[in-house]
Amino acid sequence: MTDFVSNAGIARRSFLRLGAVAAVAAALPMKLWAAVARPQAAFTATGLDATFAELGATPTLSDAIEFTTPDIAENGAVVPVKVRVPADKLPGVTKLYVMVEKNPNPLAAMFNIPAGTEAFVETRVKVAQTCDLYAVAEVDGKLYMAKKETKVTLGGCGG
Amino acid sequence: MAGKIRIRAQLDGDMTEVKALMRHPMETGQRKDQAGDAIPAHFIEEVTVKHNDNVVMHAYWGAAVSANPFLGVRFEGGAAGDVVTVEWRDNKGETGEGDTKIR
Repeated sequence: MTDFVSNAGIARRSFLRLGAVAAVAAALPMKLWAAVARPQAAFTATGLDATFAELGATPTLSDAIEFTTPDIAENGAVVPVKVRVPADKLPGVTKLYVMVEKNPNPLAAMFNIPAGTEAFVETRVKVAQTCDLYAVAEVDGKLYMAKKETKVTLGGCGG
Repeated sequence: MAGKIRIRAQLDGDMTEVKALMRHPMETGQRKDQAGDAIPAHFIEEVTVKHNDNVVMHAYWGAAVSANPFLGVRFEGGAAGDVVTVEWRDNKGETGEGDTKIR
């Protein structure tokens, strides 16, 4: 908090600059990350098979992907997930995806991994009901996956 | 609403471990308020993590990432004192940014 206050001048300036960048980005149908566009169709796909189809293929199961999720989540709105793909088991991962089978749109997040960054992400997702969670890794255009079931006591839709 | 981001970046051997906590409602658009009206979707779509202006992680998110999102990433090449920046942009065009120095 104190950090934020003392940096307020700088924060404001960079915020204004960001705003300008966002305005330009909105005006042109151009992505800040030129190489990889948002896979919008995959994000809006309903059902796991449709999501895989949007990504091009059904991934192959791989035990090189370390996927850590809770077996039981008391609160489906906040389910911690961790994906790690050790480079000695499956090198060259360029993208990681996290999917939740029975969510309205299974694809929750996609991560672009540049060279020098470990194939590792940690985040928290919503899980609507007990189902399998998927971690998908893309290597050289091929998809690999790991899945784990998470039991949800209280749904993630907070209804 | 320029969102604040709490960030920690810590050396762990050759790797730098970044943990970021963003403040955002991450509204899915599928919930209804008490009057039964749909609450419009409002969620972070894009997150970028930079180390001294080099992108070390870039993510696209859907509304299924939890409210007040947490992101942990690990990259190599960081040194104590280097700047790590996290930026996000949501589906309404709002943005947030925060930075910290590697410890």
